[in-house]
Amino acid sequence: MAVVVTSTLVKPRPLAGAPLRATQDPRWVRWLLTGIALGFLAFFLVLPLAAVFGEALRRGLGAYFAAVGDADALASVKLTLIAALISVPANVVFGVAAAWCIAKYSFRGKSLLITLIDLPFAVSPVISGLIYVLVFGAQGWLGPWLIEHDVKIIFAVPGIVLATTFVTCPFVARELIPLMQAQGSEEEYAAITLGANGWQTFWRVTLPNIKWGLLYGVILCNARAMGEFGAVSVVSGHIRGETNTMPLHVEILYNEYNFVGAFAVASLLAVLALVSLVLKSIVEWRHAHAQAQAQAHAC
Amino acid sequence: MSLLRKQHSVLPGFGLSLGFTLAYLGLIVLVPLSAAFLKTAGMSWADFVAAAASPRVLAAYRLSFLASLVAASVNAFFGLIVAWVLVRYAFPGKRIVDALIDLPFALPTAVAGIALTAIYAKNGWLGQWLEPHGVKIAFTEIGVFVALTFIGLPFVVRTLQPVLEELQPEIEEAAVSLGANRWQTIARVLLPELFPALLTGFALSFARALGEYGSVVFISGNMPMRTEIVPLLIITKLEQYDYRGATAIAVVMLTASFGLLLLINLIQKWSRRHHRV
Repeated sequence: MAVVVTSTLVKPRPLAGAPLRATQDPRWVRWLLTGIALGFLAFFLVLPLAAVFGEALRRGLGAYFAAVGDADALASVKLTLIAALISVPANVVFGVAAAWCIAKYSFRGKSLLITLIDLPFAVSPVISGLIYVLVFGAQGWLGPWLIEHDVKIIFAVPGIVLATTFVTCPFVARELIPLMQAQGSEEEYAAITLGANGWQTFWRVTLPNIKWGLLYGVILCNARAMGEFGAVSVVSGHIRGETNTMPLHVEILYNEYNFVGAFAVASLLAVLALVSLVLKSIVEWRHAHAQAQAQAHAC
Repeated sequence: MSLLRKQHSVLPGFGLSLGFTLAYLGLIVLVPLSAAFLKTAGMSWADFVAAAASPRVLAAYRLSFLASLVAASVNAFFGLIVAWVLVRYAFPGKRIVDALIDLPFALPTAVAGIALTAIYAKNGWLGQWLEPHGVKIAFTEIGVFVALTFIGLPFVVRTLQPVLEELQPEIEEAAVSLGANRWQTIARVLLPELFPALLTGFALSFARALGEYGSVVFISGNMPMRTEIVPLLIITKLEQYDYRGATAIAVVMLTASFGLLLLINLIQKWSRRHHRV
């Protein structure tokens, strides 16, 4: 395809009312729309982000580091990491298994299965927490049995992990299913024909092909796992230093009017979000690069 | 057909992967979700209506639906402009802006909530300039709308972007060569092409806003009958150990969300067929 240069350089034929390309808007329209778009984004995205850091540093760096280094704050960081370290790998295994059976085989009810995998995205976070209370809570299905055997799930760490897992369960599967469907199974067939067993085929052929998609899913899954608030809030019981994740700790500090503390912990989460966005952009870029290379080789 | 089956059975692991997927999905998602429906199945109809349709709950439904609807509409309008600008125009810093679109997905909702409150509260960054003029945003319905707009922002942009990128320039050139002006090209040629994606983005944004909790509770003020959203009401009932009441409201919301999910799937199926023709 011929490259059409749509630069702002002066056109070689400066006719009055020179025809624009059909897909090109006049300059004033471009400026106006770009201005509206950037204004909207500045107002709704950049301003809140700036507010987090601005409020966190309002009393200076000393107060900021004191708030971040607080024992309860550190305990909440630890719990958030634990919850993510369990739920993200669990959902990676689930995502890979789901994508494998959906992309590599044809069977009845496949589209229903895909819809079911998406289901947690349609459920309000609060309801995601509520359903676990209904199963494991004192009045729930398993409540009496759990009390009898002295197992705490709700208002304890296992409940937080379960609610986080529920909320983040579709992320990896959603990225991998379309990717593996598009890639097809020819390379796996070749590996099997050449004598590889199933696991060898997966580790040596499939995994290298899906690594960028997998990483992308992991980044999104992790960001949500560390930031989940509503679902975790219902099952946590808000015990300081014990069942408080970082987002819950932000809420507690905020409700105690400890604004610098709340925004300091919030700023850690905001940094995490920004790091996730940067990593995500790099992965997108690498993936596009790898695809372009694969296409060049194919030609 | 038999050939297809044979071809597919060459790869091992079907039983293992499908079995694991179904077991995991069943234990983590389906069994807990069914608990909500079974809990309400044990209630009498009158109890259910009393719990899920009391005046306070009805006021919360109204606020949640209306604020979500307005937020999704605003996102559809501005999202279309943002997607158009990002795909069609060049400007410095475009890649950063593009990456930043996903911020509401990555930023924890509680963080968004306190940040928006810090901006719009009475002595906040913007609030201190707005309140003297009688414009109150935090602790009103407008605050709820602002929070829901923030969290729904990426959906429309991200569903429209790939469709805009795939759009063939030829169809616009054809329209122009047949005598359409730019405005007619946009209204009669481009918008119908973009409409299914726009509708999908709108529905996704609306569905997300309906269930949103974290970003809203801080800025809404949570006044019963006025600025109380449905998810907050569920939490309030839970804190009062009214599990049946909470579950009854949750079932209404779940039904609404599943209906929306079905609608989104239908829109996408319809648009795929529309594109193939």
